[in-house]
Amino acid sequence: MRWFVKAVGPRKIFEFVLLIVFVIFFLGPLLNLAILAFTGKWNYPDVIPHEWSLKWWKFVFQQEDIAKSIGLSFVIASIVTALSIVLCIPAAYAFARIRFPLSRFFLFSFLLTHAFPKMGLYVSIAVLFFKLGLMNTLPGVVLIHIINVLMFMTWIPTAAFRNVHTAQEESARDVGASPLRVFRTITLPLAMPGILVASIFTFLNSLDEAQGTFLVGIPNYKTMPIVMYSIVSDYPAYAGAVFSIILTAPTIILLLAAQRFVSADVLSSGFQIK
Amino acid sequence: MDIQLSIQRLTKRYKTGEGVSDISLDVRKGELVTLLGPSGCGKTTVLRSIGGFLEPDSGDILIEGKSVLKLPPEKRPTSMVFQSYNLWPHMTVFENLAFGLKIRKTPKAEMRQAIEEALQLVRLPGAEKKYPSELSGGQQQRVAVARSLLLKPAVLLLDEPFSALDAKLRHEMREELREIQANTGLTMVFVTHDQEEALSISDRIVVMNQGRMEQIASPQHIYDEPNTLFVAQFIGKMNFLKGVVDAGQVRLDDMLLPNPKGLAGNVSLAVRPEDVMLHEAEGQGLAGTIKQVMILGHYAEVSVDLQGRETIRAFRPRDQVKHLHPGQEVKVTFGKSIAYPEQ
Ligand SMILES: Nc1ncnc2c1ncn2[C@@H]1O[C@H](COP(=O)(O)OP(=O)(O)OP(=O)(O)O)[C@@H](O)[C@H]1O
Ligand SMILES: [Mg+2]
Repeated sequence: MRWFVKAVGPRKIFEFVLLIVFVIFFLGPLLNLAILAFTGKWNYPDVIPHEWSLKWWKFVFQQEDIAKSIGLSFVIASIVTALSIVLCIPAAYAFARIRFPLSRFFLFSFLLTHAFPKMGLYVSIAVLFFKLGLMNTLPGVVLIHIINVLMFMTWIPTAAFRNVHTAQEESARDVGASPLRVFRTITLPLAMPGILVASIFTFLNSLDEAQGTFLVGIPNYKTMPIVMYSIVSDYPAYAGAVFSIILTAPTIILLLAAQRFVSADVLSSGFQIK
Repeated sequence: MDIQLSIQRLTKRYKTGEGVSDISLDVRKGELVTLLGPSGCGKTTVLRSIGGFLEPDSGDILIEGKSVLKLPPEKRPTSMVFQSYNLWPHMTVFENLAFGLKIRKTPKAEMRQAIEEALQLVRLPGAEKKYPSELSGGQQQRVAVARSLLLKPAVLLLDEPFSALDAKLRHEMREELREIQANTGLTMVFVTHDQEEALSISDRIVVMNQGRMEQIASPQHIYDEPNTLFVAQFIGKMNFLKGVVDAGQVRLDDMLLPNPKGLAGNVSLAVRPEDVMLHEAEGQGLAGTIKQVMILGHYAEVSVDLQGRETIRAFRPRDQVKHLHPGQEVKVTFGKSIAYPEQ
């Protein structure tokens, strides 16, 4: 045993143990979930199900409110992502390029939405929404989601724009491109990794948002995470498993797709205040 | 002679009060003029004003006789090579070079031909498919130069394009640029803070200091006859000695020197090391003791402690210093000297 530790090195062994623990804690539940979701019949002592089937998938998609919530969640997430791109990308560019007074203060203020207990913030927003008649409306839900992602959507693209050197933009002007064309063909593509990462974050964050939606959107706007709560208590575990796969799948798919862009660099440079 | 670029009484002051004042300069067609000066003296400010990236407070800039002051950078017949970050990393070399041509709607075949030739000119044939990150710093700057050449600008502006490169490469690039200029006949304004670089490639040099022009002349002229004490200090190696004007002549102890500018009072006398002559201790001149003899290739640098004065340096041919050794008493005379009012 000793020789083994010596030969491999304690560090390697530690890493290996860490990996095992990670697999058990992270992939274990996921695996369990996947098995549950495709189970037809499963009796206690068996290690794997007795019978595989898609019946729980059918069941979930036949429940009207569940199917509706899935559609609603994706619609809301798309609207939130699109809107926050339109709102935040120009702001991020301004923060990156224009040195206006209090720019740091503005940039920093977005952190405030994350500095307080969420519920407190949501309640005060709800009071405001109530006065404005935004309770139980789509714009209300979308707004509360946007408030949540304001920070990602501004900070990360700001850092991305800062990494585009002015000389790169100026050389494009110099060879004959108009300011708009420079933004389209030089600045935007160069900042795209950061913008993409932020957008994916935003999309996933919106899919996942429950607290604020619960407060503002009930009863008409039940998104997936909200329906999830009732499913866990009202339906068999199999249905819950199917549902949570539908909820996690976009995260995994999008993160895999974005892996190319999500470097520690992009993320960490987004959280420096310059 | 055709004046290609004319800068007339250009003034640009930033909010901080720094900037340039009263810059006037005519550049002839096919000429390479260098803006030379210490860091912060305003070279980039002048260049960026020409390129359209800065709006001057007053003055005018004419290219081929027409004022370009109202034109944005993309409409000006100039092209600029920046110190770094010239290229767009998400495009191949070909796409980088084609960007400007596409905007000008150059036909495809013609474009390919022109790009091939431009890459040949900067000695990077066949680099079309590479990305900027796959090129060395020197190669990237060459591509940037090629991109500017392709657009056949009326004036090519270069802002310390080689300063990020190592000394050897910088030398090579200088020579290449000179060659390109000879081949293309382009008018160029080159910015550098390296006086050696300026002396070696320029047709004319503009020496700047604290936002103003100190002197504009050929390298030869600037080296031989610096107008001001600043230029004398900035260009080449120079010894400075304290002197005084006495009866119309500059006097250093008992040595008398001409005073063509008719100065009065205390003066600084500037003498190039190669104009410092060393003689036997018995002869005429200022008395001194040799401090050090350094062989620097084909010549030697001899430093001499002058009695009751500064230490000065002399450059002598190597075979003339064979009999010199530290501690030896010598007399020093000056072949050529220039007096400036003392500051
Ligand atoms: N955008 C700006 N705002 C305020 N001051 C500036 C700005 N750009 C330059 N300056 C100041 O103006 C002066 C001239 O700057 P400039 O960049 O022209 O110098 P330079 O001769 O090119 O120097 P270097 O050799 O370091 O590049 C400097 O003192 C600089 O601090
Ligand atoms: Mg500069």
